[in-house]
Amino acid sequence: MSDASYPDDLLYHPEHDWARVQDGAATFGITWFAQDALGEVVFFEPPDVGSTVTKDEPYTEVESVKAVSDVIAPLSGEIVEVNNGLAENPETINDEPYGKGWLVKVKLSDPDEVSSLLDAAAYRASLI
Amino acid sequence: MSSASDTALRRTSLYERHAAAGARLVPFSGWEMPVQYTGIRDEHLAVRRDVGVFDVSHMGEVQTCGPQATAFLQHVLSNDVRRIPEGGAQYSVLCREDGGILDDLFTYRLADCDYLTVTNAANHEKDLAWMQERAAEFDVDLIDRAPELAMLAVQGPRARDLVRGLADGRLPPRMHCCQRDVAGVPMLVCGTGYTGEDGVELLLEPEHAPAVWDALANAGATPCGLGARDTLRLEVCFHLYGNDMDERRNPIEAGLGWCCKDETGFVGSATVAAARAGGTPEKLVAFALQGSGIARQGNPIHGGGAVTSGTFSPCLERGIGMAYVPADRAALDTRIEIDVRGTVRPAVIARKPLYQTKGP
Repeated sequence: MSDASYPDDLLYHPEHDWARVQDGAATFGITWFAQDALGEVVFFEPPDVGSTVTKDEPYTEVESVKAVSDVIAPLSGEIVEVNNGLAENPETINDEPYGKGWLVKVKLSDPDEVSSLLDAAAYRASLI
Repeated sequence: MSSASDTALRRTSLYERHAAAGARLVPFSGWEMPVQYTGIRDEHLAVRRDVGVFDVSHMGEVQTCGPQATAFLQHVLSNDVRRIPEGGAQYSVLCREDGGILDDLFTYRLADCDYLTVTNAANHEKDLAWMQERAAEFDVDLIDRAPELAMLAVQGPRARDLVRGLADGRLPPRMHCCQRDVAGVPMLVCGTGYTGEDGVELLLEPEHAPAVWDALANAGATPCGLGARDTLRLEVCFHLYGNDMDERRNPIEAGLGWCCKDETGFVGSATVAAARAGGTPEKLVAFALQGSGIARQGNPIHGGGAVTSGTFSPCLERGIGMAYVPADRAALDTRIEIDVRGTVRPAVIARKPLYQTKGP
């Protein structure tokens, strides 16, 4: 497993999700803290492309041996791409939570929501 | 699980070891216990392939001694206690009059009229009270030994070799027990476990447990938490009290008829005999998911019944579990559909154990 890290170029939701926002779209994933709390991820079934996600609402699940955990959408929009590679190798979410372990890409419906997210320093502070 | 969340959690004498090792500690039956150290899958595979050590000091113990110790235990325990030789061990359940299961237990016969019974942490006080109530008519002493005993489980194909290297004599065979010094500490060594692998369980004074833990870890045993303990037991279909049976279930529907000897007349035997003869509406079965997904406790099954234990099997690499289903749909190879939070997951009723270990 990787060491704790919270990259500065991402925005964070207090429910331990991150968003990489670019040109009205965003990539979502779970933070290092979330994957560490969950333990080794053994199952992830991507949501459907074309489905809508709502900020602060669960949009998919990740499962470890022991537990299933809802993943909360940090922003609202429509899913335009999912990480199908995770079905075969769900542990990538643990190994590279900010890289190959991304979950979905979303076309944002309300880009103004971005201002409500935390920067890395604020998110890190929320963990203490 | 007990409802001890409003009281302070108890800690075993190994708490400092767990904390120092970076274990994730969680509330369990009123205790603060390690659920994992490095990861459930790694710990699980260490036990299947090599050797792991578990702190199970939350388990309770009741000592039963006196001239009528055998007669008393024969009265309350479901199995034929007279068949336990001195230095032997036996699995049984404790039933209410109506056959409802109060607990499942291992009983060790230390001497002719001296027994030690291991209880589940969440049930210990209840079991003790139940036994004390029924002991009045017998010339027998019941002693709560839980505060004086720590318990370690050393499990895996290399467990016996590892413990033998630290012991002052031969280890007891499977389903037997004897007094030994291990790492210089006197203890009861028992040839039992909850993983399906060969191994031993050690009962000793709590103050000595850290030194023994260190000796076992230094000799190569992987520290394992209750998470791996659960996946290991479920792969081999050992019941977990509170999940797979409770006071609302009798031993027949729970698939524990084999440890009930109705002819001994134990408390609850009449209802167990009737259920054995007449059948039960539901039966506990083991299942494996056919595709992806993981069924969890409480997931309903189409046509009736529900999952009682469900997890991801690290050895079979698929979702597995146990469930109560209507008796007419409980045959091996029956296809069932489990509602996993709104998604239908097909599964098939499979032979127990779901995973065949090499030993013991």
